[in-house]
Amino acid sequence: MSEIVKGRILKINILRFDPNEPKILPHMETFEIEEAYGMTLYIVLNMIREHHDNSLMFDFVCRAGICGSCSMLVNGRPTLACRTLTSKLDENISLAPLPLFKLIKDLSIYTGEWMRYLNEHLETWIHDQEQELNVDKLEERMDPDLADEIYELDRCVECGCCVAGCGTIQMRPNFKGAVGLNKVARYHLDPRDKRTDEEYYELVGDDDGVFGCMTLLGCEDVCPKDLPLQSKIAYLRRMMIKTAIKN
Amino acid sequence: MRKKIDKMPAILDFLQSATGLVLALFIMGHILFEASILISNEMMYKVTLMFEGYYFFGERYPGIISFLAAAIFVIFIVHAGIAMRKFPASYKQYKTITKHTMRMKHEDSSLWAIQVITGFMMFFIGSVHLYIMMSQPSNIGPFASSSRVVDEFMGPLYFMLLLSVISHAFIGLYRLALKWGFMEGKNTEVSRGRFKFLMKAMIVAYIVIGLSSLAKYTYIGVTHDFSDGVRYKSETIKIGEHK
Repeated sequence: MSEIVKGRILKINILRFDPNEPKILPHMETFEIEEAYGMTLYIVLNMIREHHDNSLMFDFVCRAGICGSCSMLVNGRPTLACRTLTSKLDENISLAPLPLFKLIKDLSIYTGEWMRYLNEHLETWIHDQEQELNVDKLEERMDPDLADEIYELDRCVECGCCVAGCGTIQMRPNFKGAVGLNKVARYHLDPRDKRTDEEYYELVGDDDGVFGCMTLLGCEDVCPKDLPLQSKIAYLRRMMIKTAIKN
Repeated sequence: MRKKIDKMPAILDFLQSATGLVLALFIMGHILFEASILISNEMMYKVTLMFEGYYFFGERYPGIISFLAAAIFVIFIVHAGIAMRKFPASYKQYKTITKHTMRMKHEDSSLWAIQVITGFMMFFIGSVHLYIMMSQPSNIGPFASSSRVVDEFMGPLYFMLLLSVISHAFIGLYRLALKWGFMEGKNTEVSRGRFKFLMKAMIVAYIVIGLSSLAKYTYIGVTHDFSDGVRYKSETIKIGEHK
């Protein structure tokens, strides 16, 4: 017979605010939850909503680190709640919504609007000079290593952690951030994208783009998908310098 | 007709890195040369003579020091001017980045704060030092420098300058390597860890060397009798005999 082991009592401090009720000022609220084996913050939040306060708002979809919805500040650092084991944390846990994005309520934020603007601005899709679509034409072959490299960068789920972890973008909101630069690097690598180096330079060759990056590497260290952001921003920086020299 | 791209952002970014690299390499040499005082007064005198061109021309030309100091001053000003763009430009930006750094507890973000602070400090103390080197190039030597440290109260300024320049230079070199993907390797975590270790080791080593030299200059400045001037009189090298 195994003994019933009592878990730690976790004190979850959540920053609460509803922009639709601005009279109730932002405040911290503490909930106590008994820790269970293998518990993640996603489970904690659901328990709070079920047993303590059903008005608590937070986002989740996949609960497995795939969708990128449950990004939030955990003890000040952006991460995905569903991938954060409580056993790795102190008993006192503070949760807050990611900064910079539009707040819906409590921990729920609207990353979609921001990301959509970014994608439209950077035109993160394949630009092919052949305007007409020919479905009968075979696609050009691609080196498997290159395909892997592109796929690796495509794994971005737009959770917004790199944006919240970036000191530069906090100070200068026009900065494209790692999410944007990673996407540009992805299309720059892709031989199907026919944009010229000069066109790429126009996109990110300024202080709002790759030259604004101060290499604080918050993005690299908080990315839940472990994307090679440091190395891809360095790649883009070298490419932009090359383009400038060429012209 | 293709639209012309504006190359200025690329030029500025590259210049910021390039001037920083030159200055950091310069400082690495500078601190070691000045540490020659730790070996002996004679050694430091010989290094001084070398930079004054004595071993090349058979005569001392302190003007060479002036010229070098002026060149470094220009690079220093260019670097400061370009890097200043990255400073928080308003109270709001300052507050945002401070809060962010405190909240994140992230080493590389905090290192940047050190760079901003030390960079700002050097606008002033670096300029004072460079100007004196430019205007009084002949007052360098085991006794002349010691007298400057003690009698002219440059000691405290050199102390602050040493701490700020060493941390700024090596944090900067670390960031340069990551920024441009220098010796990146397949696993950036490994290469970054090594660069970070190297950076910390170099900061400690250079601060120890620099502080030791400063202590020696202070010691000479306090104990030496300057009643017959600050000129060092070498036993072995007699100026003029080489001609």
